[in-house]
Amino acid sequence: MNSLKQYIELYLENRATVDENSAAPLNKLRAEALEVLERAQLPDSSCEDFEHTSINDMFAPDYGVNISRVNIPVDVASSFKCGVPNMSTLLGITVNDSFRSTSTLQGKLTDGALFMSLRAAAREKAELVERYYGSVAPLSNASVALNTLLAQDGALIYVPRGVQLSKPLQLVNIFSSPAPLAAFRRLLIVLEDDAAAQLLVCDHTQDSATDYLSSQVVEVVAGRNSSLEIIDIEESSSRTSRYSQMFVRQHDGSNVRINGTTLYGGITRNDYHIDVSGAHCSTTLNGMAICSASQHTDNHTRINHLSQHCHSTQMFKYVLDDDSKGVFSGSILVAPGASFTEAYQSNRNILASTDARMHTKPQLEIYNDDVKCSHGATTGQLDAEALFYMRTRGITEHEARTMLMQAFMTDVIDSVHIDGLSDRLRHLVELRFKGGPDALCGDCAASCRGESVVKQ
Amino acid sequence: MDKNKDIETNDILGDVTNNEYKYGFTTDIETDIIPRGLNEDVVRFISAKKGEPEWLLEFRLKAFRHWLTLTPPKWAHLDIPEIDFQAISYYAAPRKKEGPKSMDEVDPQLIDTFNKLGIPLEEQKVLSGMAVDAVMDSVSVKTTHREKLAELGVIFCSISEAVKDYPDLVKRYLGSVVSYRDNFYAALNSAVFSDGSFVYIPKGVRCPMELSTYFRINASGTGQFERTLIVADDDAYVSYLEGCTAPMRDENQLHAAIVEIVVEERAEVKYSTVQNWYAGDKEGRGGVYNFVTKRGLCRGDYSKLSWTQVETGSAITWKYPSCILAGEGAVGEFYSVAVTNNYQQADTGTKMIHTGRNTRSTIVSKGISAGHSQNSYRGLVKVAPKADGCRNYTQCDSLLLSSTCGAHTFPYIDVLNDTAIVEHEATTSKISEDQIFYCNQRGIPTEEAVGLIVNGYAKEVMNKLPMEFAVEAQKLLQITLEGSVG
Amino acid sequence: MKEILLEVRDLHAGIENKEILKGINLIVREGEVHAIMGPNGSGKSTLSEVLAGNPAFTVSSGSATLNGKQLLDMTPEDRSHEGLFLSFQYPVEIPGVSMVNFMRAAVNAKRKYFNEPPLAASDFLKMMRQKRAIVELDNKLASRSVNEGFSGGEKKRNEIFQMAVLEPKLSILDETDSGLDIDALRIVAGGVNKLKTEKNATIVITHYQRLLDYIKPDFVHVLYKGRIVKTGGPELALELEERGYDWIKEEIDNESK
Repeated sequence: MNSLKQYIELYLENRATVDENSAAPLNKLRAEALEVLERAQLPDSSCEDFEHTSINDMFAPDYGVNISRVNIPVDVASSFKCGVPNMSTLLGITVNDSFRSTSTLQGKLTDGALFMSLRAAAREKAELVERYYGSVAPLSNASVALNTLLAQDGALIYVPRGVQLSKPLQLVNIFSSPAPLAAFRRLLIVLEDDAAAQLLVCDHTQDSATDYLSSQVVEVVAGRNSSLEIIDIEESSSRTSRYSQMFVRQHDGSNVRINGTTLYGGITRNDYHIDVSGAHCSTTLNGMAICSASQHTDNHTRINHLSQHCHSTQMFKYVLDDDSKGVFSGSILVAPGASFTEAYQSNRNILASTDARMHTKPQLEIYNDDVKCSHGATTGQLDAEALFYMRTRGITEHEARTMLMQAFMTDVIDSVHIDGLSDRLRHLVELRFKGGPDALCGDCAASCRGESVVKQ
Repeated sequence: MDKNKDIETNDILGDVTNNEYKYGFTTDIETDIIPRGLNEDVVRFISAKKGEPEWLLEFRLKAFRHWLTLTPPKWAHLDIPEIDFQAISYYAAPRKKEGPKSMDEVDPQLIDTFNKLGIPLEEQKVLSGMAVDAVMDSVSVKTTHREKLAELGVIFCSISEAVKDYPDLVKRYLGSVVSYRDNFYAALNSAVFSDGSFVYIPKGVRCPMELSTYFRINASGTGQFERTLIVADDDAYVSYLEGCTAPMRDENQLHAAIVEIVVEERAEVKYSTVQNWYAGDKEGRGGVYNFVTKRGLCRGDYSKLSWTQVETGSAITWKYPSCILAGEGAVGEFYSVAVTNNYQQADTGTKMIHTGRNTRSTIVSKGISAGHSQNSYRGLVKVAPKADGCRNYTQCDSLLLSSTCGAHTFPYIDVLNDTAIVEHEATTSKISEDQIFYCNQRGIPTEEAVGLIVNGYAKEVMNKLPMEFAVEAQKLLQITLEGSVG
Repeated sequence: MKEILLEVRDLHAGIENKEILKGINLIVREGEVHAIMGPNGSGKSTLSEVLAGNPAFTVSSGSATLNGKQLLDMTPEDRSHEGLFLSFQYPVEIPGVSMVNFMRAAVNAKRKYFNEPPLAASDFLKMMRQKRAIVELDNKLASRSVNEGFSGGEKKRNEIFQMAVLEPKLSILDETDSGLDIDALRIVAGGVNKLKTEKNATIVITHYQRLLDYIKPDFVHVLYKGRIVKTGGPELALELEERGYDWIKEEIDNESK
C-alpha cells in the first residue's frame, strides 16, 4: 500500500485551489515535488531508519486537508496550556497550518526582523522566501516532497545581519477541526550573519477526540557567527500523529541549540538533520520524551560534521511507562577533512513498566582521525538504592519515584537557556510525572502502582 | 597480571621486520577441483563425492533451492564488488592416495605445508595440550590426538567423518542453530559445505586440551565453505581455537563458513579465532572475502559461551559471532579486536539475544583502522519481553591511525523488558600523539611506538586468548599495521 | 522503668537465599545508647538495612517492634515516620535532586503521615538553618544535589543533619565514623550527642572503639556470624580494642564444635 497516492490525487484534483491559496515561491516547487512523489514511497518499517515508525502507515488514514483555507474557529485560551510566566515572548499562533499574528507581535519587531505568515511573506517578500525556501530540506526526500507538495502556509522567521532579538519568539501550533485533519506546515528560519534569536515552539490540540496528523518541515539557515536556540515542546493528544523534519545548515562560527521535548502525543517522529558546513561551529541537540499509555516517540538525529574545529553534543532522555514505546536513533558523521571535531552523544532511558520498550541505535561514522567522538546509551530503571534512601527519610515511594524521574531530566531541562523557560519546563515535566493536580493514582508516569517492592 | 602474556615486544618486532604476509605461499600439490559454477548437479556431486546419506543431500538441496531465491545482503557498511557465484569452484581437495590411515600415509607435501604454517601434524611434535584438525581447501586432512580424546568420550573429527561415524548427533544438531534460511551466505554454505570440524563433549567432561582447527585455502579459483559444529553437553567444558591463512593471489577468494555451537546446562564453550586470511596487497588487489555466520545457542541453564576474535586478515570481513542466551542465567561474551589496514573493510560485531531470565552478556570490541580501510562495529543487544533480570554491558572503542580511514559504530539496542539494565559506551579517537612523543623521547621509533600502544589498547581482549594464540595474535597486530604510520 | 523502643526477637534475614542474620535478639529502651561491634561480614550492616526495610533483603522469620508496632510489616517510609532513622554507611548520591527539595519532601511526608499541614516555606528554611548549625554543615551543600560530590566527611555530616531535621526516636548510625578524620569525627559525634534526649535512643554500629570515646554507649554488643554473641558495658569495647575479635571468635567457634 502506498499512502502517497491519496495525497497526490488530492493535489492533482485541486491543483488550482492549492496554488490560489498559497503564494508563488511555494507553488514553484510543487511540480518538482510531484515528480519525485510519482516514483517514490513514504518510508516504512522495511527502511533501516524507520524500522519502528512507519511514515507510510502514519499517513495512510483518510485525513482532511484544508486546502481552500476555510477559517476554522479556535479557542486559543483553552488549548494554549503553555503560558510561560516570568517570560515575555513575541507570540505567533498557527491554527492547523494557518499563521495568525497576535497583538503582542504587531509592530514589536524592529530592524527588519520578521516573524510572520510564510504565505504572506511569500507574497510580500517573494525574493527573500524564494532564496531560502527549499534550500535546506532536500526535495529528494519523499516526506519533504509531500510536505512541499501540499504546504500552503506556516511561519517565516528572518533576522537580518547583526540583529539580535531581545525577546524570545513563541510559535504556538494548535490543531482544531471538527473532522480528522492533516496539516502540512512549513517553518523557515533564516538568521543572517551575526544575528541572534530564540524561539519556543509548542504543539497543542484544541480537543483530544479528533485525529490529527501534522507534517512539519523546518528549514534553518544559521549564518556566520549567528546564534539560535529552538525549544520545541509537543503537548498534543493521544490521537495526534506528528512527523517533524528539521533541516539545519550551519555556517562558520554559528551556535545552534535545539531542544525537542515530547510531553504528550500519539505517534511522534522527529528527524533532526544538521549539516555543520562551516568551521568553528557549536551544536547542541537535546531532547526528552515522557511517554505513557500507548504513546510512541521516535527521535532520529543526524549531525554531519563537514568542516573543521566544530563541537557537537547530543543528549536524549526517555522515561517510558505503560505500554509506550521509545525509539532513538542518532548518528554522528565526521567527513574526511573535518579535523578537530569533537562530537558526543548520549541516550539514557528508564523503563518504568513491564510493557514499555525502548529501541536505541546510537551510531558513529567517522572518516577522519583527528577527532574525539563518543556515544553512550543506557536503558534501565530508577536507582533502587536512591529510592530506598529516600524512603528511609520518609518520602513515599510514589513521590520518590517522581522526584527521581524529575531529577533524571534535570540536565536536559537545565540546558535550556531561555530565561524563565527552564523553570517552566521543569514545572511542566513535574506536572507530567505527577499526572496533573487532579490526577488519580495510576494516571501519572511515576508508575509505582502502589507497589512497595522495589525491583532490583 | 599474567606474565606469560606480557610479550616481549622487541622480540616480536625483530621477528616481523620486512614482513609482509608470510603465509602467502602456495603448495604445489595435486588437487581435485571440480569445474567452476554452481547448480544442483554440483551439490549432488559434492554430496556423492563425500558418500553422504540421503538426508544430508536433501538438506543441501533444500538450502540450495532457498539460496536461489536470495540476494546478497547489502546492509553492512561495506563496499562489496559484485561476486560471480558461477565463477567459483565449489570443491577442491588435495588428491589423496587412498585414504591415509596413519601419519606415514599422509602426503608429505601436505605435512610440509602445515609445518610451514607452524602447525605440525605429527603428533609427537604437536604442542602438548592441543589437538589440531587441519583443513586444506575444502577437506580435512588430518586430525591429531583423536585416540586420546576418544578415551574421554570427546569426539573431535572432521564433519565428513562425523556424518559417517556419528550420524545421529550430526543430524540432531546440524542446522539447529544456524538454519539454512538464516541468510544468503548461510544458505550457500548449507548447500555446498565441504568439510570442517565436529566436536562433541559428553556430559561432565572437561576437555583436557585445546581443540584447534587450522584452515588453509590453497587452490586458486576456489571458495572455502567449511562448517563447524560444536556441542557441549551438560557440565562439559571445551576451549576451541580457529586459525586461518591463505596464499597471496590477485583474485578474490570467497570464504563463507558456518559455525554452530550448542551449549547445554552449566556447560562452557570458549571459541577463539585468529583470522589472518590474505588481506590483499597495498593497493587493495586480491584478498579473501570472509563472510561468516557464527552463532551459539546457550540452551542450558547457566551455560556460558565466550567468543574471542582477533581479526587482522581478509579483504572484506562480514561476521557477527552471536549468542542466543536462552537458558536461565546463561552468559554470553564477545571480545574482539579488528584491525584493518590499506583497503581492507570489516563490518563485524555480535548479537546478544537475551531470551532467558537473568542472562548476562559482555561485549568488548576494539577496532583499529589504518590506511584507507573501513572498520565498523555492528552489534545487536536484544532483551525479550519475558527475560527478567538481564544485564548487558557493551564497550566499543575505535582507534584511528590515519586521516583516510574510517571507523564506525552501529549498535542496535532493543530492550523489551523493564528489569533489564543495558549499557553501551563507545569512543572513537586518534592514537595519542602525547603517547607517541613520550615513546619517541625514550628512543622508541614511531612505528614501534604505535605497535606498543595498539597492543596495550587491545590487551583487554588479547588476554582472553589462550597463550599460544595470544603470542601469534600480538605479532599479527604488529604486522598488519606495518607501514600504516607516517 | 524506661519504655522499650525497639524489640528484636529471633530475627533471621538474608539476601538472595543466603542467610546472614541468624537469630538476632535485641532490646533498646528510651535514653539508651547501644553499640554493636563485630568483625567484617558479621552482619552489622545487614541488621541496619533490614530494620530500615531495604527491599533487597528478605526476612525469613522473627519479629521487630518499634514502640510496640510491628516494624517489619511497614514500608521504609512508614518506619521513618514512626521514628526510625538510619545513617547510612555509604550515603547514596542522587544527582538532580537538591537537598532542599529532598528535605522538604521528607519533612512534609512525615507531617502528612501525622495529619499535619505542610510546613510553610519560610518556617522550613528557618528550621533547616537551625539544624545545619548542629553539624556545622555549609550552606552551600544545601543547594547542591543530595550527596553529589560531597566529601566523605560532608556525607556523614549530612546524614546527622537529616537526623536532626527528622527528630527520630531511634537512630541507627552505621559505621558513621568510617572515613572521617578526627575533626569531622568530633563534629559528627557532637551532633549526635546534642540530639540525644531522655526519650530517644541510638544504636551505633562500628568497627572500632574510637567513635565510642565520643558517643558513650550504655551497652556494647558483639555481632558474629549473624548473632549477638556477647553483651557487656562500655568496658567490653575497650577489651575488644585491646584484644581484637579473635578471642571471641575462638570462644564461639569452640562452643559450636
